[in-house]
This record gives sequence, C-alpha cells and structure tokens, in this order.
Amino acid sequence: MNGYNFAYLDEPTKRMIRRAILKAVAIPGHQVPFGAREMPLPYGWGTGGIQVTAAILGADDVLKVIDQGADDTTNAVSIRRFFSRVAGVETTTRTRDASVIQTRHRIPETPLRDDQILVYQVPLPEPLAKLEPSRAETKQMHALADYGLMHVKLYEDIARFGHVTISYDYPVMVNDRYLMSPSPIPAFDTLKMNRMPALQLFGAGREKRIYAVPPYTTVRPLDFDDHPFALIRAPHACTLCGATNSYLDEVVTDDRGGRMFICSDTDYCADRRGDAASEGDAA
Amino acid sequence: MTLPLLEAHDLQLNFGSIRALDHVSMALWPGEVLAIVGESGSGKTTLLKVLSGSESPDHGQVLYRDPELALHDVHAMAAPRLRALHRSDWGFVQQNPRDALRMGVSAGGNVGERLMAQGARHYGSIRSSALDWLREVEIDPQRIDDLPRTFSGGMLQRLQIARTLATHPRLVFMDEPTGGLDVSVQARLLDLIRSLVSRLGLAVILVTHDIAVARLLAGRILVMRRGQVVETGLTDQVLDDPQHPYTQLLVSSVLQA
Repeated sequence: MNGYNFAYLDEPTKRMIRRAILKAVAIPGHQVPFGAREMPLPYGWGTGGIQVTAAILGADDVLKVIDQGADDTTNAVSIRRFFSRVAGVETTTRTRDASVIQTRHRIPETPLRDDQILVYQVPLPEPLAKLEPSRAETKQMHALADYGLMHVKLYEDIARFGHVTISYDYPVMVNDRYLMSPSPIPAFDTLKMNRMPALQLFGAGREKRIYAVPPYTTVRPLDFDDHPFALIRAPHACTLCGATNSYLDEVVTDDRGGRMFICSDTDYCADRRGDAASEGDAA
Repeated sequence: MTLPLLEAHDLQLNFGSIRALDHVSMALWPGEVLAIVGESGSGKTTLLKVLSGSESPDHGQVLYRDPELALHDVHAMAAPRLRALHRSDWGFVQQNPRDALRMGVSAGGNVGERLMAQGARHYGSIRSSALDWLREVEIDPQRIDDLPRTFSGGMLQRLQIARTLATHPRLVFMDEPTGGLDVSVQARLLDLIRSLVSRLGLAVILVTHDIAVARLLAGRILVMRRGQVVETGLTDQVLDDPQHPYTQLLVSSVLQA
C-alpha cells in the first residue's frame, strides 16, 4: 500500500484545508482561499466538496452523497464509491444515519441534527461575480459590506418581471454581515439554511475557495420589504409518496405529454413510502 | 456666522518632477458654487480628486464639516466611512456619464442604486423616488425601465445627475459636466443644474475649462495654472476685472459669439 493515505489526500493538504475551514467557520460567509489540489475527477463534478469531505472524514464517519437530491445518480454514486475505496468508511443513503453528507444542488428534506455536517459542492462561490467581474472590486465590496449592487439586481427583476426571478443560487446574508452564494440549491431550500443545527461547509475546487455557515447562524435571503422572499414550488403532490411539502422534479414519462412530479430527495420519498426502495442502492 | 463645509490647507502633490498641486488652499461654504477653471494640465482635476479623497496629497489636509459641525480629515478617514460619505452626503458627477452609470441596468435601477446602497429596502418607495428624480431632470418617467444605452448624450448626463442627487447630498463634485455635449444641450443642462442647485441649496465644486459655464453657475471662481491658484474671488469680479496676467489671457481668449 505504498503511497496510500486515508481519504486520498495527504496529511499536510488535509491540515491546510482544515485550517481554511476553521477560518471560514470563524467568519461565517467569508470566502477563504485554499490551495485546491487536482482530484481524480473533472472540475464541476464536486472537486471542492470532495476535498472538504476528505479533510473532515474520520474512520467512524458514515457518509451520504446526493446529487440533485438523489442518491443513485452518477455523480453521487461515484463519489460515494470513491470514499468507500480510499477511506473505507461506511456509506449510507439514509439522511438520518449519516454523519457527513456531501451534496450537489440540494439540502435533504429531513431536518439535520447538530451532530451532522453538510458539505456543499460549489461551482461559483462569488455571489457578486455576475454583476461585478472584478475580483478586486468584489473583495472590497465584501470588506465594506457594500451590497447595494445585489439589490439593484433584485430591483431590475421586479421592474421587468414583477417578481425576483432567481430560482436557484439565491443570494443570502449570513450572520447579517456577509453576502453569500448558497451554491446552486433551489431557492426553495434557502430557508432551510437559517439557524440549521448542522455545520454547513462549502467547497469550490476550481475557484479555490472554502466558506462555512456554523450551526444556528442566521441566513437571510435578500428581499425588499414590500416584495418579501417567496418560496417557489411546483403546485403538485409527489406522485410516488404524496408529499405536498417537498421539492419536486418534473419527469417526462412518454412522448404524448405525460409527466409526473416526484420528490427530488429520493431518501425522503422512499422513507415516506415505507423504506422498501431505500435499500435499492448498494454502496 | 456659518463655517466652511470643506477646507483645504496647503495641498501639495508632485507627480515625479511635475508639480500638480503647489500650496493650494481653499474653502467652500454651504450652498455655494465654486468653479475651478484653468487650461488642460493646470491641476484642476487633480485638485478635485484630492478634495474628494480619491487621491492623497503629499502634504496638507482636506477637512470636511459634517451636519453636526464635527470636522473630519478626509484623507485620515477609514475607507468604509469615506465610501459611506461618498454615497450619502457627497456626490460626484463625471464628465463621461458612461463611467458613472451602469449601462446594463435600467434608468430606475441607476437612480435607485445609491438609495439601496444606503439601505433602502422598500421597492415601492425606491421606485417612486426614482420617478420623481427622472421628472426633476426632465426625463420622461415612462422611460424608467429603459436601459441607458438607448438614451442620448444629454439624457445620460441628466440621468447621472438624478442618480447623484437621489440621496440628497450636501456637496457635489462636478468634473466638466457639460463636456462633450453640443451647445443647445449644454445650455439646457446648465439651466437645469442652476435651478437644482439653487432650489436644493447644494454646495458644488465645479471643474471646467469653459469660462461661460463658470460665469453661469458659479458664485466664486478659482483660477489655476501649473498647480497654483493664481487668482480667486467672486466670479463676476474675476471675469470682468481680471488682475493676474494669466486670467486676463484666459478671459480675453474666449470667443465672443
């Protein structure tokens, strides 16, 4: 086993990432640069999330990986297999049994506890990037808490379309200080971040940034007093489990306009249907 | 007796061997329009940058008196406070409105940006205030959702003025506000600035190379040459009876229409 180290990364790299995580937890919502390594999968597949997970994973941890809420999609399956091979940790698809959950684009429907850690894969950590291309300028805006520009974007949306049109990656204020990108989770999930008991860590591999929301921290979506933040949800019940409060995926079933709406969180849906399908995927 | 709003004491700034500012002192009182005139390269714009805090002098200080009459050294101020000052009590009108405006954001969004930066979070009141300001600068309120790139040069400059004044600043810096506009549009803009300034009681520091603009808008004038103030006084007095040879040359070189 020459060259093998627990959880793929070497120990000095893990230490560097842990230091960045500690700093990020100390300044909620602040983006901390770190020396992201090459990982054995392409950028955009979760290299940032994997590095954060590798740095915090212990031998006793139980890992769950989801992609768009599902445990059985390519990205989720390969990352889960990766960690069961390089760290030998136990994996699960059940939200309740996991101690570390790595996620792409969703927060599980089942409320998380304070002994769990949620790791987000982040493509673009800078919430102001689309409005202000200069890194130097956005850094200064963060330093001075000068976020009027983000509200200009919301103003433009309301002026043009009558409502805010951001349906995912909805900008949030963390601890009433830093503007943060919640990663491309649906706006529907944004409110789950507020005062969440679990630690939330965010890793952006290509952009080489780590940031965090400590447990029980206020996370507030940006809005106007007379246009408050509104949840967007398809007005249907899940075809499989009948849930009316979960985030739904629209699935086209044939070429004659047939479609159905099902929970995007597969574990939550299986759980409601009585567990049977939850064991379907062997890690 | 009222105290000056802005004071500069013995400002000096060198760019290499060039003396951009050479022992410049001045004071501006509330509600006053002060014109800084001079030829290109005389240090007008440099002086404006130093007064507004965006450039630091080698020597000397700029003092700003806030509404509670407390004095602040502009260049010793922490960056967040200076920025806050720039988006509340102060305003800056650039020569080229495209430098100041966000060309991809609607007219209403441009006017509302300063309000939102100050913490306004009520969409309805931001919008009605934007409509008021568009009317104020004679832009058709129906165009509130149009992008600035569909506006003419004169309209852009008026939009920039609306955006600057939306937070009711006490002091506005203007750098050649009528530069690059044709004569009839210039006249209309000057008329607008003059009426706004007198109605809102703004203090203005106006940099221009155009003597006619200074005569029309300014109560007091400051003539610069090679980084030095060569003459200062009431506008009519300086322009009708110039004392310094350079001012005499400047005044006599204006074409009589």
